[in-house]
Amino acid sequence: MAEIVTLAEAISASVGDGDTVAMEGFTHLIPHAAGHEVIRQRRRDLTLVRMTPDIIYDQLIGAGCARKLVFSWAGNPGVGSLHRFRDAVERSWPVPLEIEEHSHAGMANRYVAGASGLPFAILRGYRGTSLATQTTGVADITCPFTGETLTAVSALRPDVAVIHAQRADRHGNIQFWGITGCQKEVVLAAARSVVTVEEIVDELRPRPGAVVLPAWAVSYVAAVPGGAHPSYAQDYSARDNEFYRDWDAISRDRDAFTAWLEANVFGATS
Amino acid sequence: MSYTSDEIMAVTAARALADGMTCFVGIGLPSEAANLARATHAPNLVLIYESGTIGAKPDTLPLSIGDGILAETADAVVSVPEIFNYWLQPGRIDVGFLGAAQLDRFSNINTTLIGDNYAKPRVRLPGAGGAPEIAAACREVIVVLRQSHRTFVETVDFITSVGYGDGPGARERLGLTGPGPKRVITDLGVLQPDPRTCELVLTEIYPGGSVKNVKDSTGWDLLVSDDLAEIAAPSDAELAALRALQGAA
Repeated sequence: MAEIVTLAEAISASVGDGDTVAMEGFTHLIPHAAGHEVIRQRRRDLTLVRMTPDIIYDQLIGAGCARKLVFSWAGNPGVGSLHRFRDAVERSWPVPLEIEEHSHAGMANRYVAGASGLPFAILRGYRGTSLATQTTGVADITCPFTGETLTAVSALRPDVAVIHAQRADRHGNIQFWGITGCQKEVVLAAARSVVTVEEIVDELRPRPGAVVLPAWAVSYVAAVPGGAHPSYAQDYSARDNEFYRDWDAISRDRDAFTAWLEANVFGATS
Repeated sequence: MSYTSDEIMAVTAARALADGMTCFVGIGLPSEAANLARATHAPNLVLIYESGTIGAKPDTLPLSIGDGILAETADAVVSVPEIFNYWLQPGRIDVGFLGAAQLDRFSNINTTLIGDNYAKPRVRLPGAGGAPEIAAACREVIVVLRQSHRTFVETVDFITSVGYGDGPGARERLGLTGPGPKRVITDLGVLQPDPRTCELVLTEIYPGGSVKNVKDSTGWDLLVSDDLAEIAAPSDAELAALRALQGAA
């Protein structure tokens, strides 16, 4: 049953050194504040899992929290490179980063398998690509009914899922809407989960297209208004596209990045 | 009205989309061209972004594939597993519109890395995203990228998304359900695969462009069609619509 706690308590109780952590949110509802709290608590040797590492993992990687990254598209959307990610892969700074790389369809299906309690998922994908030769957890599989060759991808079962949602009620039931990505799947695939929310309300009123996760499927809930910034929460905030553009210059230079981290993450409290 | 090579590339790419088609759109040049098509000759073009937004109708260019304007204007917003499994994979989408960092003569696409060592790449690029399955499953694939020795290479450093693999029959052997790339649109012209050999052939060139320049900007000995056509210059209306989209971004 979900416990309603502070963000610092939620991260401290659920994320340990060496854990496999999946912070999801597909452009929308990215749990940035929770990412900052993991950096502040100086977690190390994490395996970070996320379809689009985006700025949130660029920060965690640059802060030295990650040993391995499991992902499918590592760019700053519409802007260019993730420079901290590239510095880690190309020059091992601040620490070497192992990578395990998939396609979006593969990652989405790996979460579905994890949520479904299955060891793998099946899709049409990867065949003929170099990904199939570089990535573990991808294999050919023969359909027992038609004999067709398809692709199996191994299930993702993170230790911890971290997401941001618009609302929770006082019992810890969660509601989010707009672009909902694969957040339902990642929470159900993980052993534990942390959900930050824009607000905690007395009653969750039904909304068209909203995903509801019952309190008993969630571990920790913390109210963090604006906790997705520079991502956004539909009907609460707009995507801060200017910050995404600014991040290019901040992240390009190790010193500029470190100064930004000191001022905006270590200098701030949750 | 005078125009740049990037502008005629965007206009040519937009013209490749017919009204009423369904189009799976990547960010960057593909998104710009698809939105230009919607703003000009194809108001009923159905834009589908991998964020799960089906039938998005943005009036400004989104920076990402998940900007709020896409969800707010979409006919339907579905989860990410659903967009790939239910909508893309079965071959429901007419056109997949992709970018590339490197392309070879068989239209194989690299968006993963530059260099010959996967573990230590010279330049690490973003990677696959939705592209491999878009390239595999759409009824038609269009690739848009700037043409140079850097981008049009003899051998791609990594096959992120399969075009025609090693040539005729490869897609069938691999079990790829869509027919593959039908058109590559660059800032120098349009290339199409030869139906027999699957090798890219220069079929259209821009006004004032030279075949020699296109060949010199290609990392292999580029074949040129006997029926090389000249692409019409962008109209004032097309340029105005493109600049309005970019200006509002």
